[in-house]
Amino acid sequence: MLKYSLKRIGYMLIVCFVVITITFFLVHLIPGDPILAMASEVPEDVRVVYMAKYGFDQPLYIQYFKFMGQLFSGNLGDSLRYPGRSVAEIIKSCAPISAQIGGISLAIGFIAGVVLGIFAAMNLNRWQDRTIMILSLIGTTLPVFVIATLVQYFLSVFWPIFPTTGWGGAEYLVLPVICMLVDPLATYARYMRSSVLDVIGQDYILTAEAKGASNFRIITRHILRNAFIPCLTMLVTSISGIVAGSFIIETVFSIPGLGRYLISAINDRDYSMVLGINVVITSFYILTVLLADILISAVDPRIRLADNKGRGKA
Amino acid sequence: MAVLLDVKNLSVSFRTMHGEVKAVRDVSFELHEGENLAIVGESGCGKTVTSKAILRLHDRSGGIVSEGSEILFEGKNIVRMSRKEIGEIRGNGISMIFQDSMTSLNPTMVIGKQIAENILIHKKTGKGESLSQAKKLLELVNVPDAAERMNQYPHQLSGGLRQRVMIAMAIACNPKILIADEPTTALDVTVQAQILELLSDLQKQFGMSVILVTHDFGVVANFADRIQVMYAGSIVERGKKEEIFSDPKHPYTWALLKSIPGRHQGHKGELYSIRGTPPDLLLPLEHCPFSPRCEYCMPICKKRRPEEKYMTETHGIACWLTHEKAPRVDNPLKIGGEARAR
Repeated sequence: MLKYSLKRIGYMLIVCFVVITITFFLVHLIPGDPILAMASEVPEDVRVVYMAKYGFDQPLYIQYFKFMGQLFSGNLGDSLRYPGRSVAEIIKSCAPISAQIGGISLAIGFIAGVVLGIFAAMNLNRWQDRTIMILSLIGTTLPVFVIATLVQYFLSVFWPIFPTTGWGGAEYLVLPVICMLVDPLATYARYMRSSVLDVIGQDYILTAEAKGASNFRIITRHILRNAFIPCLTMLVTSISGIVAGSFIIETVFSIPGLGRYLISAINDRDYSMVLGINVVITSFYILTVLLADILISAVDPRIRLADNKGRGKA
Repeated sequence: MAVLLDVKNLSVSFRTMHGEVKAVRDVSFELHEGENLAIVGESGCGKTVTSKAILRLHDRSGGIVSEGSEILFEGKNIVRMSRKEIGEIRGNGISMIFQDSMTSLNPTMVIGKQIAENILIHKKTGKGESLSQAKKLLELVNVPDAAERMNQYPHQLSGGLRQRVMIAMAIACNPKILIADEPTTALDVTVQAQILELLSDLQKQFGMSVILVTHDFGVVANFADRIQVMYAGSIVERGKKEEIFSDPKHPYTWALLKSIPGRHQGHKGELYSIRGTPPDLLLPLEHCPFSPRCEYCMPICKKRRPEEKYMTETHGIACWLTHEKAPRVDNPLKIGGEARAR
């Protein structure tokens, strides 16, 4: 297990390194520079002074090594757009906001979606199933900005229950969470339904039936766990996305989240911000993948991490 | 011997996009106490559908048991039972072993629990008691290191062991009837012999009746008391083992026996095979279903279905050749008998 863990950590570091390197050069490939992005009519001599101040006059590879050196000492640097504020500080303040909205909406969407999916599969081809499937089709196809506008109109203009935009107490959380949970809800409902139907057709369900197991027992003991495994695998990709936030939702609702900062940082050519946010998102992604592997191996005995016993097809 | 199971006029069909597939057509047979009955036939002849219908396992897959079908178990008609009543018989009075033990065991449940589940459902025992019974069952079916195996998952076991687990599961509640649907097909030959021996031992020990569904006459020869040969959803010949092996009367049985490797291979060493393919079960088949492939086909065979005719009390044949006006055809399998219909 130790050897396996070391291997995994090694891979994680390599992935991190590759992603950061690629991002670094990609960001610098964008035409323009941070000073021009802030003010278009800067005299050339002033621009040169500023470029020299931040070290942008040096060759790219030297900037790269300097950046990597800084990164290894745990420093993400200062923001160019917001002088005096460090990148780490900004991320620390806005990542939890994105994670909060993303986490809550994913949790609700996932649980409700899975439950609806099971319910639909149990009522296959009846009106309950058809209703859920039609609604989930609408849910997956409706763009999030359309949902956001509808939700804003009905829940804060027509019936002024929640604030339209902004960030503060729990009441500001409701509308963005509603918008963000539609997609996971619809996706997981469809996914879980087909997964359950797939399991129902398996031979071992027939075996359980031949034992005389009741319908309830077949569902709870034999169908659910097996049908849940594919959903869990898919959940990983969803979880890894929550910290990055949703640019659209954060813009529509004026929420100071990571997604909005990332996009504006790219527009501002705020190199250190873009790289810093990317480091955080990448690390989070890699960590969730690791977490997911552990989780799935706990649910699916056929996958045992670094298990040499038995004939597991790990 | 008392009749334990009485199947009368059983017909099972499946609705598909192309129409109604009549998989089992008016099949009647009896199973006596302590008897080994083998149902033999090629793929798609309805033998598995027949055996599953006994436990009404088609409810979920959309199989329709037609009106007038009766399956009497201990005097009660299984076809008309409520979900609860049939649930009490499944795994308790009648249990079943399936062909592919890999897919027939739940991949995410340890095998100990899967065996104990059967006991838990039917006997009023606690969890601990049913688990210790499950362990005894594993020992009974000769699984080595039973205690350790209890906590293993199906994928950690070999095919032979998995089939033993399936058997342990099936006999957990001392069923009166054990239906084994091709229990050895997925296994290699040496393991096949072990599993059959185990089944035969258990059958004697518990006094069960066994319905063995197979396409392998080799398996049948070692195991069965009585044999029913099925073709296109109907029984074409039935009889005691000796009657079927030494005095078969139906051309289909002849052809099947001839197809066994090593027995009647010609001097070229070529393996005999029945020409053609089985009929489409969507068709009504009002003639003899085997007639297009039969070497002894007569004009009547293509017009009307033959009635089943009994040669002895147990030996029945559904073939026009048994008719008194039909030409005499000798069993081609008899030594020196390579007769052809004129």
